[in-house]
Amino acid sequence: MKVALRGRDNSIIDGGGEVKPTTAPKHILTAVVNDKPGVLNKVSSLFRRRGFNIESITVGASEAPGFSRMIVVVRGDTPVVEQVRKQLDKLIDVVKVTDISESSIVARELALIKVKSTPATRSEIMQIVDIFRANIIDVASDSVVVEATGDGDKIESLLHLLKDFGIKEITHTGCVAMTRGVV
Amino acid sequence: MKLSGAQIVYESLISEGVDVIFGFPGGAVLSLYDTLPQYPQLRHVLVRHEQGAVHAADGYARATGKVGVCVATSGPGATNLVTGIANAHLDSIPIVAITGQVARAFIGKDAFQEADITGITLPITKHNYLVQSAAELVAVMKEAFYIARTGRPGPVLIDIPRDIFDEKAEFRRIEKITLPGYKPVLGGHAAQINKAVQLINHAKQPVIIAGRGAITSGAYDELKELAEVAQIAVTTTLLGIGSFPQSHILNLGMLGMHGTACANLAVSNADLIIAIGMRFDDRATARVDTFAPRARIIHIDIDPAEIGKNVRVDVPIVGDARNVLQLLSKKITPQNHREWISQLEEWQHQHRLTYDKESKELLPQYVIHRISELGGRNAFVVTGVGQNQMWTAQYFHCDMPNSLISSGGLGTMGFELPAAIGAKIGRPEATVWCIAGDGGFQMTIQELATAVQENVAVKIAIINNGYLGMVRQWQELFYGRHYIATPITGPDYVKIAEAYGLPGQRVTSKQEVAPAIKKAMEHSGPYLIDFVVRSEENVYPMVLPGESLSEIIEQPGPKEDIKALTPMLPLG
Repeated sequence: MKVALRGRDNSIIDGGGEVKPTTAPKHILTAVVNDKPGVLNKVSSLFRRRGFNIESITVGASEAPGFSRMIVVVRGDTPVVEQVRKQLDKLIDVVKVTDISESSIVARELALIKVKSTPATRSEIMQIVDIFRANIIDVASDSVVVEATGDGDKIESLLHLLKDFGIKEITHTGCVAMTRGVV
Repeated sequence: MKLSGAQIVYESLISEGVDVIFGFPGGAVLSLYDTLPQYPQLRHVLVRHEQGAVHAADGYARATGKVGVCVATSGPGATNLVTGIANAHLDSIPIVAITGQVARAFIGKDAFQEADITGITLPITKHNYLVQSAAELVAVMKEAFYIARTGRPGPVLIDIPRDIFDEKAEFRRIEKITLPGYKPVLGGHAAQINKAVQLINHAKQPVIIAGRGAITSGAYDELKELAEVAQIAVTTTLLGIGSFPQSHILNLGMLGMHGTACANLAVSNADLIIAIGMRFDDRATARVDTFAPRARIIHIDIDPAEIGKNVRVDVPIVGDARNVLQLLSKKITPQNHREWISQLEEWQHQHRLTYDKESKELLPQYVIHRISELGGRNAFVVTGVGQNQMWTAQYFHCDMPNSLISSGGLGTMGFELPAAIGAKIGRPEATVWCIAGDGGFQMTIQELATAVQENVAVKIAIINNGYLGMVRQWQELFYGRHYIATPITGPDYVKIAEAYGLPGQRVTSKQEVAPAIKKAMEHSGPYLIDFVVRSEENVYPMVLPGESLSEIIEQPGPKEDIKALTPMLPLG
């Protein structure tokens, strides 16, 4: 393992070459926030002004009434993500932020994929869908809609295989995640 | 008891201990102003521009430690507050800004004088509210003051649609606030305190850097005790000036780009930095990757997000500076650090702040030095931004706690006059000097009328060099003396004063300085002195941008002789 030397400012003094932003580790932040208008804007604009590109963000109800849970996926070096986590925590509407990337977690994404199909290709598509434990949820004369859940890699692989049939439309949610229960 | 939204605003202000509001009326706050006479205990100060209101609230807050309050109407009224809100945000000043908004039914319709001020101020407020009903207003007012003044203080904006001022709602006093997302840590973690104590007890060359947080928490005695018991020299950031007596033998002066050579050398050679309520701003650290290269760093700050933001820290302590210093002082063992202290004394002696004292011309440093000597021992000094600010930081003797009021983080020219007015209104018994550059002064010159109408006895000293001096200095040093857009004319300030209705005089020579200052002090109302000083005087010492803190240019001398001083002590 290569350990980069860091200056006082956390800049990498000798990281052994340029660090591309895409290779920076992925972090999953989960935030409990007040369920109020404008809170999503407050959170997302904080990422923007601190120079962060959000890979995905999902918001939905949490177990506690009056609070939502956000899952934000970003790429960045740990100290930088930690700084953003603390800045997020400063927002009055944000109750608690945790970086769960290092924990044992379950994470899922959902994709709906509309694939071109003909009577000739339909069964082949169905086989692939079965292997990926995905579902066909709509059938039309020239297309089928596939519903797939899983981690990002699984959905990527499925998309790769379905590409040859011709993909008409994709909608893809961000990541939802939580830590595993204690065994 | 049913009250109107406007009444709820005032009842809330009174129960928060507010006695002054700085404001400017307009369409969306007409009902709010119409209700004002029902509350004669509230003084309203009419400014001449909303920027004046927010800076005055800022100056008031800095001088009193209370929350400053300003009011503006919707649209342009609200957007004129933006600079001042950003200013208060960067310097952690508690302000509640109340803006009128178009009526609820008109929001989002691009109505007359509509601006999305909560959207605009999102990144420059600690928190903001767009109020939805009069009923909600009661809790919002309470929360706003609580958020503004606690933890790391900051500005909170409350945007109130105009129809809510007339809407009736039940008013009840709220005792308890529930903000699950806001719990400032005040204590200081015991294990971290112990680690810090270990470092302090074993340090050989320690230095304290005190910032505004030390002042905000009122840690004057605690800071002095730590410094004296452990014999640790103290340097301050610009906004930390006034946290530790200037005349104290352990005070090294300000650090940073225009800090004293001794302070910068001390930090560069230190083996331990105890940073208290400061945020390692680039003007203080100079080149950040070579900052304090030999030191371990203890960082005490109430804001966890400041820890490790700009520099890596060895022992972070999140908490209120005063609490943390009390805990530290209980555990540290007395030290003398004789060798290190005598090294610092030697540097202090060798590298005194100085200027051409024999000069026949009137020099800005001389003017500020004399104001400091003659302008009252317990005076607040409020500065503009640029050369006048740096010379005040260097030559104004700040022994009184919290005596310097200056726009640090944002560096807002035009802050000086309205902030001085706010400070004087908050602390009427104190002398308040406003040190202005001729550039910045012209940005908010209209507030002279406020000072006259409200009879606010600020003493205004314009350091008039006919240039936007700091920019000119950079043009001289880094842009081949191309003075582009920096020569600046101005009105006859004495006549301007007279036209606004306050006395003033012009000073062009050294012998006129002391009599003019005395005259200003003796006059009971506001007074203006136009000090016409040498035009191309520069601020030194200086650490050039991109250089390390230890590479200090001390004195100008002939151009080719400018050479940075870089004594680093031998390691060992």
